[in-house]
Amino acid sequence: MKPYLRDFIPRTLSELPEDTSYEAGYLVTKNAGWRSIRPVINPEKCVGCLQCYLYCPDGVIYKWNEDAGRGKVAVDYDFCKGCGICRRICKTGAISMVDEKQALAQEASQERSGQHG
Amino acid sequence: MSLNARTLSEEEFFYGHKACAGCGGALAVRIALKVLGERAFAILPAGCMSAVGFNFPQLCFGNNAIISTFAGTASMLTGVRAGLQAQGITDCYVVGFAGDGGTADIGLQALSGAIDRDDDVLYICYDNEAYMNTGIQKSSLTPFGARTTTTPAGQRIRGNIRPKKNMFEIVASHNIPYAATASIGYLQDFINKVDKASRIRGTRYIHVIAPCPTGWGIAVDETVDIAREVVDCGLWYLAEYEQGHYTLNRRPSEFTEITHYLSRQSRFRHLTQEDVEVIQRSRDDKWKQLEALQNR
Repeated sequence: MKPYLRDFIPRTLSELPEDTSYEAGYLVTKNAGWRSIRPVINPEKCVGCLQCYLYCPDGVIYKWNEDAGRGKVAVDYDFCKGCGICRRICKTGAISMVDEKQALAQEASQERSGQHG
Repeated sequence: MSLNARTLSEEEFFYGHKACAGCGGALAVRIALKVLGERAFAILPAGCMSAVGFNFPQLCFGNNAIISTFAGTASMLTGVRAGLQAQGITDCYVVGFAGDGGTADIGLQALSGAIDRDDDVLYICYDNEAYMNTGIQKSSLTPFGARTTTTPAGQRIRGNIRPKKNMFEIVASHNIPYAATASIGYLQDFINKVDKASRIRGTRYIHVIAPCPTGWGIAVDETVDIAREVVDCGLWYLAEYEQGHYTLNRRPSEFTEITHYLSRQSRFRHLTQEDVEVIQRSRDDKWKQLEALQNR
């Protein structure tokens, strides 16, 4: 299981732990805003060699998932920083780096048309 | 069953961290923890990985992890192991992740002590060849000729004038049960070594080269590529030391062009032909020494 974003963010003194320890894997902020380009995986070309999953410094490429399909991979865009190591490591050229602003605009327009449809 | 991309734990134990895009050190820590699993107690001194992993309340380690003093990675490893033992907890690993400065300069005494006591701990040094976290200052693992903020490239002195410390040999000379070098460019080799180290008792040391795009002056997507090239051109080597014997895991039949490796990085861009020849000569000498160690 991947670590996930939590809703609860300690803000006041009483919400802070009294000792020096705190829950492991406690994530409250995304890293998506760091990105100017994003990797997009072409499932047709992906052969499931998992090299991108292995070499991702942030571990945001995951495998064997409903949206990814068995033997394929998908990207957690909440935490991808857009470094592009995955594109360089991919032997079949299944990963392309796409302009983040364009991708976001496209997502927004798809959402709008989805609402109307 | 051997560990590889398919059989490695799918869980992520170093996730959502604030390391720069394309960070080599983050990749080393992530992969090592995937090999060791949830039952690893990680100790990190001051350095990039503690700075990017613990930003309260954002805690990016999925296992037990703690920040140590800069000089005390190995001492804290010893202490944590002793504490676990006192509580009767044995089914776990105690692992430290320190940078090159935290290992070869500041933490060397503590590491030497831990090896001498043969404490049951794994020490992983991720070597990005300078103090990257504080702004790229020279460490004793910065290679000859590299420009850092404390060894600038000037008219007369062109970057770092000292060679890289032979950290692997220093550790091996303690007669440590297991020591190895690795590169994040060859992750399968690194996975095998962490896996092997995890099954050995006593002090174990793995020195993994982990390029830093910010400090080396490379593009963020070149990290893995350059970590392969540094091995292919012979400026880094994949080796093991076990029960008194040195083994070279990879002996390129022909080294790739050193100038190609150097010219890709802005930290070496000022080097003259003369400097490159010095680097080339020291590489050839180093390999002679390594082969002599292997054959002794």
